[in-house]
Parts: sequence; structure tokens; C-alpha cells
Amino acid sequence: MSAAPTTMTGPAPSALAARVERLLAEAPSPGVDGGIPFRAAQFEAGLAWVSFPVGHGGLGLPPGHQLVVDRLLRDAGVEPANLRNPIGYGNVAPVLAAYGTDEQRRRYLRACFTTEDIWCQLMSEPGAGSDVAGIATTARRDGTGWLLRGQKVWTSLAHVARWGLAVVRTDQEKPKHAGLTCFVVDMHAPGVEVRPLRMLNGKADFNEVFLDDVPVADDNRVGEVGGGWQVVRSNLDGERAAFGAEGDEPDPGEDLLAWWARACVDDPVLTDRVMAAVIRSRAARLTAERTQRGAAGGAVHPAIVKLLSSEAKQHTLEVALDAQGVAGTLYAPDGYALEQPVRVGIMQGDPAARYLRVQALTIEGGTSAVLRNVLADAVLGLPREPRFDTGIGWREIPRNAGEYERKVRGR
Amino acid sequence: MHEAGPAEHELLRQSVRDFATNTSPEAEVRRLMATPHGFDREVWSVMASQLGLQGMAIPERYGGAGFGWTELAIVFEEFGRALLCAPYFATVALAVPALLASDDEDRKQRHLPAIASGELVATVAWRANAADEVTARGTSGDGYELHGRRSHVIDGCIAGLLLVPALGPEGPGIFAVEGGAPGLSHETRPTLDETRKQAEIVFDGCPARPLEPAGDGAAMLARVERLAAVALACEQVGGAQHCLDDAVDYARDRMQFGRPIGSFQAVRHRCADMLLDVESARSMAARAVELAPDDPQFGTAAHMAKAYCSEAFVRVAAANIQVHGGIGITWDHSAHLYLKRAKSSQLLFGNPQQHRAALAALVRSAA
Repeated sequence: MSAAPTTMTGPAPSALAARVERLLAEAPSPGVDGGIPFRAAQFEAGLAWVSFPVGHGGLGLPPGHQLVVDRLLRDAGVEPANLRNPIGYGNVAPVLAAYGTDEQRRRYLRACFTTEDIWCQLMSEPGAGSDVAGIATTARRDGTGWLLRGQKVWTSLAHVARWGLAVVRTDQEKPKHAGLTCFVVDMHAPGVEVRPLRMLNGKADFNEVFLDDVPVADDNRVGEVGGGWQVVRSNLDGERAAFGAEGDEPDPGEDLLAWWARACVDDPVLTDRVMAAVIRSRAARLTAERTQRGAAGGAVHPAIVKLLSSEAKQHTLEVALDAQGVAGTLYAPDGYALEQPVRVGIMQGDPAARYLRVQALTIEGGTSAVLRNVLADAVLGLPREPRFDTGIGWREIPRNAGEYERKVRGR
Repeated sequence: MHEAGPAEHELLRQSVRDFATNTSPEAEVRRLMATPHGFDREVWSVMASQLGLQGMAIPERYGGAGFGWTELAIVFEEFGRALLCAPYFATVALAVPALLASDDEDRKQRHLPAIASGELVATVAWRANAADEVTARGTSGDGYELHGRRSHVIDGCIAGLLLVPALGPEGPGIFAVEGGAPGLSHETRPTLDETRKQAEIVFDGCPARPLEPAGDGAAMLARVERLAAVALACEQVGGAQHCLDDAVDYARDRMQFGRPIGSFQAVRHRCADMLLDVESARSMAARAVELAPDDPQFGTAAHMAKAYCSEAFVRVAAANIQVHGGIGITWDHSAHLYLKRAKSSQLLFGNPQQHRAALAALVRSAA
């Protein structure tokens, strides 16, 4: 009989449950001070991200075990940290755990989990949307550190973020994927300017971030110089897997069905459209549950879940708006009033607001066109399209630098 | 009822797939679809004696294996994938549930073991449209006779037992008629989907016996129709999966403009759409199967599955033809066989619009 390696041992689910119970019994109440002391205790107990190493908020367990913790805490009425700090919790922390130095993990993970430090990620640019590896923001050496210069866009939470995880170009002569490096950027540093980006629904879900020679110390580099693409890839995979996860967001299909029942619709054509949308919505949800909860049929690729879910929601909200008839031409009085940047849930507001919100679903987190290519490659094994941006230096690749975007936005 | 685990299900799927591959290659599908009866009696016997597929969901006391819809769903999916020509749907998805839904111990004892052993082919002479009137009259003895017609009876020409929903003196009921009964005449109808035979059947005073409880046919029939819809949904998933695999294989191999057509985004995206249809249809069928036959939510799930899987299969079968281009519109390529199966099974046992209306009615009655 051989002993299991010590790094692999850890509490079984039942022991994990006992650990959660002890946390609930001994930690400060989750209601005190915005839940920060409670989350600090949760971090110390290794229950923040159980797959992380001991001492960094984890217990070295398989990632799936986190579900046990989350479920028990939800049942106890504890608000999850990922609601307040979704990017930090779901995107940045796994990157720091995988690629960060011990010093970086010590410096950032705890405050990320307690939500004392909100995080954003500085990835997309006006000239690099689907093609993230094409980014043009640069970092150049400045003594022992770096200076970052360029523009990022679609940055959720930048207006409240203490830190940002940025991917920038440190070598313009290398092929596009090889010249990238990741840094932690102090969002309070000189040269960082955050502006709300007003969306088609009048709200500002996102920001744009201007970096004007922002100083970054080398000990805030994440991963190797030139190793940024690997970091970005692991981050994108996490983002796509999260889409279609229903969380606590009400299902628009169920909502439409409830409306139909309440409204006593007797128009058979409208009824047929409603039922078709409800059924499509159900198909998307059941497919997501195959991956998330082991529902019948077997797990599927995350891009399948994201495509079905986003397109079903667009279909459903279109029917919901059409069902309003001429009343659907109104948009609530505060509809186009610009508010502080805020994440608008797809079921918030009147049908017009929802209809406008869901237009973004097939663009954010990977456009439907890109995701269909992902499926063609990863699931169907179809031959790839010829590319024109490989094997040459980034500088030689034809690109636009956001001229169109600047013209549209009047600057 | 027997409980089988995922490993047993995988074994079952593999053995059914092997059976279908061996007994139902495309050449055999084409041979059988051109015959009037459309099946091979010897294969049907082997299916019963070696694999026990007809008796899969028949309780052991009636000579079956005592499994449920989870296992049947695997068989329907694999047969749909292979377009296997046999009266399996009529016998197993229509007649067996009708017999099991009744309290008629005598009829169950008589027919279910014969079905399980492969001796008896049976069907339900369902009411396909408003003109399909059949009435049952009491005769001078304690018997009944049927008058009327049914226009789209699946495998009606070869069935040794027909179960006929009809209005009797006690109310709606389901009546059992022997295949060769006097007063029964049938005619094979030319069908869009040649792999699934239909008969027009005329009942002219043909002797019949009601399934007990007499006059309670509406509930039995509703149950049979929902299970038929789910069986078709499972077949549709299997057929759609075949079309996707076929399209992807072709797109990888076929060269035009110096590259495989599967490297063109227009073709790649069409194939990705087919994948989305196949996987989402699989989710819907699986959910309905999980709830079949008795869960209170089963009706909702069955209507949703039939409405959704029907349309998904038609889209995927049509897309397969388009991916194949010229060869896809020839008689010699199999793509049209799947399109015809898709369109035909979409329209049988409630088209998508009818299932959406039924869903709406269920939701309304529950509210």
C-alpha cells in the first residue's frame, strides 16, 4: 500500500462540509462590514478557491469541489464573492494562481476575494475585438520597470477597480502571439483615465481605459516576457465556460411563458411564436445543464452552450417585445439617461430595455461567428481557413487602429 | 422495472448500433423500401430472439425484459440513425404502450408475449385527421363491430393486431382487431418516406373487442400519442446525428478552389449550426425520456421535444443536402432518404405547430 502524495490529500466532500460548518459557526457574521471579515475568514480557511494552494485561499483540491462549498454557503444565505468582484474572482484569480509569483499571490489574492480590491481586465482594444492577439497597446522598458501606452475598451468595472490585469505588446517585431506580456496595472496610477462607454440602451455597462505612459514595476509582470498569449487563452476559456451558466438570473423563456399565461393571450399566431421561443429557450437551458449539472445527454463544448443560450435569449426577447404591440415603441423615461457604469441584467427593465440589452449577448464573450469557428475546429474537426497573420512580424500584419471607432465616437 | 446504469446503456447502444450496421446497410434500406411490406421478417425475428428489442419495455410477466423508456430511447435513436426498415415504431412505440395503458389482463397476456417473441407485429390505427371517423357498434352477442376508415396507419398492411381508437356506445375506447378479420380491408399508400409504410384501412363491420376499461379510451390514447411523439423525437436525434456526421465527412474530403470545402467559413458555419441543432435536440429528447411516462411534467416535455426535434431534424437533413451540393440531390446519395424521413416524421403524430398549441393548452389548464 502506498501513501498518496501529500499535495493530493485534502478533505473529502464530507470533511469539506464540516469545514464550511466550522466557518459559519466561528467566522464573523456575513452581514458585518459588507461581509469583508467573513470572506477574510473564508479565505484563511482555504474555502475561497479550494483548488488553489494552501495559504493562498485554497486546499489543493480538484476545482469541482468548490461547488460543494458554494452550495452550502448559498443555503446559509451568504452572498458569493463573485457577485461583487466577478472579474477578480472568476478571471484574474485563476490566472494569478496559475501564472503569478508567490509574492503576487500573497499581495493580491486575499483582497481580491474579500472584495476590498475590485479587479478589471484590460484586454480588448478598438483595433482588436475578436482578434485579441492583435492588440496594439505597448509596454516599453523604462529603467527597471515598464511604461504602458494605448487604449483598452469593453472594460467592465474599470471605474471602481483598484487593479487591472492587462495584456500588452512588448515586442512589435515578433509574430503577433509571441510578442505579448501580461501586467498588473494600478488603476490609480498616473496616466490611467477611465471613461464610461455609453451603450445602445443608454446605459454604461462598460468603460474605455486610456493608458498614457502608465508606470508598472517589473514585479507586477505576470508570466514571462512574451508569454502573455498563454495567460490570455486560459482567461478566455474561463469566460466562455461561464456564459450560459444561469446563476440566479431569471430565464427569459420562463418569464415569457408566465407573461403569456397572465395576459390570457388568445391570438393563436402570437401564442405559437411565444411557445416556439419558450421551447427554444428550454432547449438552451437543458443543454447548459448537461455540462453544469450532469443532466442527461452528456457534457457539451462551452461554445455550444454560449451560442444556444445567447441566440435563444435574443429570439425570446424579440417575441416579448413584439407581444407588446404598439406599447413596445415606448422606452421607460429613464431609459436613455446615462447612469454610473452598472452591469445591467438581461431581465432588468421593461421589454424594450431587455430587447436592447440582449443584442450584446452574441458579441460579448466571443461573437457567434467566432464561436461557430471554434466549434468547426474543436468539435467537428473541419480543416481550418487559411490565415494571413501567421509567420510574419506583428508590424507587417494589415490592421486598423480604431480609426472607424474614433470617427463614430466623434474624437 | 429493471434499473440499468450508464455502462449497461453504452453496451446496449453499441450492440443495437452493431445490429443496425449489420442488418441495415444503405443497400438493404433501399431494397426493403422498394418492397410493399418494407421489412425483413427474419431480421425481425433475430431482433427479438437475440437482442430482445421488441420486449425491451414489456414487463417480465408478459415475456419482456422489463426495462423502461431510457433503454427504448437508445434503440429508437440508433434505428433512426440507420433508417432501419421494420415495424418497430408501430409495434413498440404505439401498440405496446396502448396495451400497457389498458387494464385488459386478458389482452395483455395474449398479445404482449407474442410481441416480445417477434411473432406479432402490431400497430395503432390512430386518427390522423378529421375525416378519419371510426365508430364501434354493439352486435347481437356481447361483441362489437367497427365502421369507418383510418387513412395513415403505420405498418397497417402487415400488422397482425390493430388497436383502433373509436367511439363506442360507452364512449371513446380502444378496440382490438385481428389483422385478417372479416370486414377489414387495407391498401398500401405511396409515401414520401418509403422506409416507413402506411396503409389506408377501411372497417366495414369488422369484429372487434374493446380494451378494458371500455369507454376510457381518451386517457389511454393521450398517453400513447405522447409516447409516440417522444419515440419519434429520439429517432429524429439519431437521424440528425447521421446527417451531421455525413456532412462533416464530406466537407473534410471534397476539394474545390484548391482546398477542402470544409475550410470555407460558409460551410463551417452551416456545419456548426447543424451541431447546435443536434445537441439541443438531444437535450430535449433526453428530458422527455427522463420524465416518461408518468411524471406530471411529461406531457409538457413530450410536446416540447416533438415540436423541437422535428424542426431540428428537418433543418439538419436539408443542410446535409446543401453541404453535399450536386451529389446531394441525386437519387443514389442517401441524403434524400433522411430528408424524407425528417419531413415525414415531422408531420406524423402532431406537427410542431400542433404540439406548440397542445403545450399552450397544457400550460393554460395548469394555470
